[in-house]
Amino acid sequence: MSIANSGSGTVSNQGIKIVGFLCNWCSYGGADTAGVCRFKQPADLRIIRIPCTGRMDPLFAAKALIYGADGVLVSGCHPRDCHYAVGNLYARRRLEVLQHFLPFMGIEPRRFRYTWVSASEGQLWQQVVTEFSDQVQKLGPNPGVGNLLTEEGHR
Amino acid sequence: MRIGVFICHCGTNIAGTVDVEAVAREALRYPGVVYATTYMYTCSEPGQEEIQRAISDHKLQGVVVAACSPRMHEPTFRRTVGKAGLNPFLFEMANIREHVSWIGSDREANTRKAQELVHMAVAKLNFNQPLFSTKVPINKRVLVIGAGVAGIQAALDCAEGGLDVVLVERQPTIGGKMAKLDKTFPTVDCSSCILGPKMVDTAQKENITLYAASEVESVSGYVGNFTVQIRKKATYVDWKLCTGCGLCTEKCPAKNVPDAFNEKLGKTRAINIPFPQAIPKKATINREYCRHFIKGKCGVCKKICPVDAINYEMEDEIVTEEVGAIVAATGFDLFDHSVYGEYGGGRYPDVISGLQYERILSASGPFGGHIRRPSDDREPKNVVFIACVGSRDKSVDRPYCSGVCCMVIAKQAILTRDHLPESNSYVFYMDIRSPAKNYDEFVRRAQEEYGVQYIRGRVGKIYPRGDQMVVQGADTLLGVQVEIEADLVVLASGLEASEGAKQLAEKLRISYDQYGFYMESHPKLRPVETNTAGVYLAGVCQGPKDIPAAVGQGSAAASKVQALFARGTIETNPQVALVNERVCISCGKCIDVCPFTAIQWKELRGGIRKAEVLATVCQGCGLCNATCPPKAVQLQHATDDQILAEVNALL
Repeated sequence: MSIANSGSGTVSNQGIKIVGFLCNWCSYGGADTAGVCRFKQPADLRIIRIPCTGRMDPLFAAKALIYGADGVLVSGCHPRDCHYAVGNLYARRRLEVLQHFLPFMGIEPRRFRYTWVSASEGQLWQQVVTEFSDQVQKLGPNPGVGNLLTEEGHR
Repeated sequence: MRIGVFICHCGTNIAGTVDVEAVAREALRYPGVVYATTYMYTCSEPGQEEIQRAISDHKLQGVVVAACSPRMHEPTFRRTVGKAGLNPFLFEMANIREHVSWIGSDREANTRKAQELVHMAVAKLNFNQPLFSTKVPINKRVLVIGAGVAGIQAALDCAEGGLDVVLVERQPTIGGKMAKLDKTFPTVDCSSCILGPKMVDTAQKENITLYAASEVESVSGYVGNFTVQIRKKATYVDWKLCTGCGLCTEKCPAKNVPDAFNEKLGKTRAINIPFPQAIPKKATINREYCRHFIKGKCGVCKKICPVDAINYEMEDEIVTEEVGAIVAATGFDLFDHSVYGEYGGGRYPDVISGLQYERILSASGPFGGHIRRPSDDREPKNVVFIACVGSRDKSVDRPYCSGVCCMVIAKQAILTRDHLPESNSYVFYMDIRSPAKNYDEFVRRAQEEYGVQYIRGRVGKIYPRGDQMVVQGADTLLGVQVEIEADLVVLASGLEASEGAKQLAEKLRISYDQYGFYMESHPKLRPVETNTAGVYLAGVCQGPKDIPAAVGQGSAAASKVQALFARGTIETNPQVALVNERVCISCGKCIDVCPFTAIQWKELRGGIRKAEVLATVCQGCGLCNATCPPKAVQLQHATDDQILAEVNALL
């Protein structure tokens, strides 16, 4: 499928948009814990649940940023605590590389962050979201490099 | 795909800060959506029936529910749509409670966010495929890690139900912390009299295999079929031969060995049996103190042993056990009070921990059950108890309540008066927490019948004066400073996760909180399950609790294991990786990265090799999917198309 021409374009020009990729076992649970504890957070984040940060293809983040997301936040289990033993270690290497590649793609690297939050760390999650959201707010809307690439499929 | 969208009010939990009607209206504009509505409590029975009715009325082929976290109710709604004839995987949830309504109060922003989350769920659902699980047999054996009272209870209940139990205990004897207690509150039962029979039962049950002085080395596999490696630590005594006669301990010349079972209050020998009722009643050599190991000569025990059980050349041994479920019951350690400089930092022999006082009170303890001061063997006159040492104290990173210490103090103060009627007991406390059955009455008895003086306030300093300890504190009710000349100070040390708890959690692939206590699946509704299927919790490893609660949780974990095993087979999770052989370029990278060796080569005609996923072994992490260069491996239910559809819907 093609990532572009989303068609419906329901909401636009309304605040910034951050895409979150959270592993099901730790960080998604941590975000739930933050919710259960009613820890207030900025409303900019849209969370996508993935089984493990090891599932995280760096291209998901790159594509989101290329096509107009203002920020991408990836979060998983702390190193050594991965539900699948080593998935987050692979993720760490890949995302670290991505972080360094973003400037070469013409993307502000501060629009991307990866972090580790466990299912019990609701407070840490609140902190991570608030800080990253502040950071992206300061950068403002993503000027984007996307239009040149709209015809390219993800394979 | 004809999609129906159901937006839950969750009472006012969601509807309070999200305009649910607006979310439903907007949903009708998303691709495939033919029906959208709101409901007060979608998870209720009428709420679920509403979904089922809509599936048949509107010929829905997929369903989106926007409500709480999928970690909460995804299984519920999958069953709901399943009963209405849809494949359970033609269902998606949008989390608009934990991730929206509960974390923001801006109604407009929340509504917009909820709409976008629903849009993402709909976009993903358009790419969902029906998935089908298969059944695999369960190995009906259970591993219990830790043989304190919680683990013993879990093991006994499982064995009682006819299951084979593998019980692993790190110490040379089972019994855990409860075996060290003198009496238990609020009945003042003798601890070893109520635990002892259970320990004996554990030893005698023919379907319990006990590994004492052993630790779990590694765990692999998954629910129903775990493979566990157990390290049997070298005890330098062949336990098959040892009869527990104790002759070796009697003759051992290394006499000044701190007695770990007596919390280092007494001395034991380098070869010893922890206590007379130990199970198994076998001797162990303490390498650190044994003259044979330190000086290379001695061998007294080897000469004296009537059955020739001593083996200085013994090495750790690794044994492998296959089990279908695991109960973690690893208990706790006592908070080390030496970090409190104001209480002497562990320097004063007459300032002791609560567990040390239990050993002093115990008839089998170092002083034969007579209350004596560790420093000079004198009977104390004034005994001061200090509550919340390593509990409810942020300054030592222990902000939680240990739950049991208030009751322990009341019990110990009562016993002190029983042993020494002429003595005075003082308790410095912050609050008295005694919420269980007969607990508050018990504390009242301590105060009213036994004349224990309760002083509400913290102790600021303890220092020696003559042969006494001066305890300076505040009475915050009277608003005065208090100074007591104590002969013995007992600190109600808090509970903390046992040493190595985190490392074991990593082996079991379960989560723990910042203090090392294991995380249950749901704090209220799934208190003994973990998020790793087939792994259950019992006792203080999950959080501080007293003996009745630990025993209750042990039984609960056992009943969960029995319920799991009763079915004989388990349904596999069909959210596994799948290889498209036409796209696979035979690079083998997926095989290299798979943490579960769930991918192997498959020979096709003409000697061509393609990757093949073993569906029953695959755990569904998706690492192969992210690794595969041509994306030939796709994790079902989280394919690239599905994830990108969610991203796409947002931008």
